[in-house]
Amino acid sequence: MNAHVAPLSPASFETGPAVIVSNLVRSYGSRVVIEKLNLRIERGEFVALLGESGCGKTTLLRALAGLDSIQGGRIVAPRRPAVVFQEHRLLPWDSLWRNVSLGLQVPDARERAAEALTEVGLGDRLDDWPRNLSGGQAQRVALARALVQQPELMLLDEPFAALDALTRIRMHELVRELVANHQPGVLLVTHDVDEAIALADRILVMRNGAIAYEHRAARNGSTPISRSELLAELGVNSHSTH
Amino acid sequence: MELSGIDRAAIGANSAPSAQSGNSALAPTAASRRPGARGLQLLSWLAPVVLVAIWEWLAQAGWLSPHILPAPSKVIRTAFKLATTGTLLNDLGVSLLRAAAGFAIGTAVGGGLGILVGFSRIAEAAIDRSVQMIRAIPFLAALPLVIVWLGVGETQKIFLVALGVTFPIYINTVLGIRQVDPKLLELGRVQGLSSLQLIRRIILPGALPSILTGVRYALATAWLALVVAETIGAQAGIGFLAMDAREFLRTDVIVLTIVIYALIGVAADGIARFLERRLLAWHPNYGAAR
Repeated sequence: MNAHVAPLSPASFETGPAVIVSNLVRSYGSRVVIEKLNLRIERGEFVALLGESGCGKTTLLRALAGLDSIQGGRIVAPRRPAVVFQEHRLLPWDSLWRNVSLGLQVPDARERAAEALTEVGLGDRLDDWPRNLSGGQAQRVALARALVQQPELMLLDEPFAALDALTRIRMHELVRELVANHQPGVLLVTHDVDEAIALADRILVMRNGAIAYEHRAARNGSTPISRSELLAELGVNSHSTH
Repeated sequence: MELSGIDRAAIGANSAPSAQSGNSALAPTAASRRPGARGLQLLSWLAPVVLVAIWEWLAQAGWLSPHILPAPSKVIRTAFKLATTGTLLNDLGVSLLRAAAGFAIGTAVGGGLGILVGFSRIAEAAIDRSVQMIRAIPFLAALPLVIVWLGVGETQKIFLVALGVTFPIYINTVLGIRQVDPKLLELGRVQGLSSLQLIRRIILPGALPSILTGVRYALATAWLALVVAETIGAQAGIGFLAMDAREFLRTDVIVLTIVIYALIGVAADGIARFLERRLLAWHPNYGAAR
């Protein structure tokens, strides 16, 4: 589909990178949206990508997903990445297990879907319809659909933005757990600074089509990422908040 | 807001001393005097029954000449007689067969073209404008030409039905395919579906509500086409029965054929709605609540 996405050798799976982006260029006509961007995400690493609207972060995610063509550079990924969008994008005419197993080319698709749905706490709703789900439940099914593909790289495009605050916190817990269990590399595009701090091992701030700031959280949490520093990077002066 | 409304109503009731005595008996009577949903349903069915009864009474009393409009009871007796001793069932079968054949051909042509145009911009450029131009012709206006081409045999009748069916199916198939949510198509690509899987899992199910609307519309058109086609040079069929009866001023038979056309139209619509309920069970606007 995308000529720039080259498969890595299977031997490098276990500890290797989930994706390597080098000198990526993405433009619409003469307008360059992403300019010579480099990015490497390891398996099991959770990267959050912050940035103002229009900074190119969703464009980057779509390029990684193979949804848009790129005009320069290389994206090297071991396998097709899984994507969770802001909207759940469940097929309303298919039951939950059929939705989760969409695109899965295995004979035991139903069992695999059942496992994934159980992991997100909906194991008893295999034959239910999407329209009977709440927003949070639907997004959990979307997560199950991404996980069932056993991705090396999972792309999350503001998947919790449309959820209420409490549901969002529960989803954070769930995602943390799922990522810990499956160890995919994760790129989370978000507007929410606190979400990024809560979930990510590494936080990137994108500006004018390039990565302008990078912060790696210490694994043991000894040096937490400074919220005000991040907000300053995003152009928000926050004297009153802490 | 609601609470204050209730409060005010309660205060209002209390401040009317004349209504105090025996108001517990008064309130339920007032409620039952207002017709409920079932009462309205009953009334809606009662009205046509009364109309038929008046028709029967006028005919029995001699106010209505049997040559103008025979009594309903006479029509029923005629139906029974024709069904047992005459050719009614055979005619009915012939008519249904014509409708089914025309409908099948029209659906195949309209659906096939619709799928082609829905999927391919090239096919759209090549086909769509011509089809839209032909569609602008009221298809019954083509009748004299059809008779010149095909005579007045079975082919002409089936052709006319097929012609009437093709366009609603075509338009709604194209529309349905075009209206499939592009976000779902994108999802299909992300999930690694092949083109064929994309069509089977996302595009056709997404287009189905619109296609079924086309089917329902086409059923009505098919019926109209059949009525017109059968009144010209038919040797059998419901329309032939009507034309034959006209020769002998048998208004009871003519009224019977009209009623049969109506009943089959209702039945066809019922089948289409049944299909919608079954195939679109997932759809909030069609499916039965689970």
